[in-house]
Amino acid sequence: MNSGSCSSLMDVGYDHQHHDGHEQLHVLAVDDNLIDRKLVEKLLKISSCKVTTAENAIRALEYLGFGDQNQHMDALTNNDLKVNLIITDYCMPGMTGFELLKKVKESSNLKEIPVVIMSSENIPTRINKCLASGAQMFMQKPLKLSDVEKLKCHLMNCRS
Amino acid sequence: MGKCQGYLDEQFIELEELQDDVNPNFVEEVATLYFKDSARLINNIDQALERGSFDFNRLDSYMHQFKGSSSSIGASKVKTECTMFREYCRVGNAEGCLRTFQQVKKEHARLRKKLEHYFQLARQAGPKETARRSK
Repeated sequence: MNSGSCSSLMDVGYDHQHHDGHEQLHVLAVDDNLIDRKLVEKLLKISSCKVTTAENAIRALEYLGFGDQNQHMDALTNNDLKVNLIITDYCMPGMTGFELLKKVKESSNLKEIPVVIMSSENIPTRINKCLASGAQMFMQKPLKLSDVEKLKCHLMNCRS
Repeated sequence: MGKCQGYLDEQFIELEELQDDVNPNFVEEVATLYFKDSARLINNIDQALERGSFDFNRLDSYMHQFKGSSSSIGASKVKTECTMFREYCRVGNAEGCLRTFQQVKKEHARLRKKLEHYFQLARQAGPKETARRSK
């Protein structure tokens, strides 16, 4: 599939959250496009994920408690806030999804969180660049339900 | 969806597949959001073009958004025109941009009419007998 590491969430110490007895992935979805945010949110919710959306990379980093030790400690202890997956658009004004990916992977607190990059453009060098920098997966927009199902499967380390 | 043939591609069907009892009007909500958001982008581009000074980077940036949204709801004709517009931006062809933008607006308005009619019919038909997704 991809040339990067394919570790499952179990391997990286993924901590299943329990919500009324159900395990729920908490996904942070980052996209500057309003329609795409609504779509990815719906796709993830239908796939039984808890979703938080952010309209740009800076907001996403703030939510993750990047660079703020106190905030991060709260996020660690409060299971509701802990993010299990980041899915981000590549092309965003200001900080791009690629730059967000790098920031996450460079952060000792956040680097274990898998990051998925989405893009409307299918550019092999872009895809390889993201995977080489630690992206779990690259997804082509517009997203379909089958893409999200594939993603969940990939993350839970089951091959379809 | 016969009347919308050619205007909408399989992505629109994907959206319809996401409708369920919890969100029976999901597609209409997304469409409404799309038309509101794209009206804003059209306005921005109109203003930028009217100014006469062609900032192709900025125009392309607006169109990137527009194209993305159009693609996400399955608006294939609008998307095609957006792609043409971006090509003209890429080569710095102002005349091409102006011409193509008229086409973008035309297809956009057409689609809006068709979808309004489509949702009207859907509402008249009543809730679907079987939910597409059982949850």
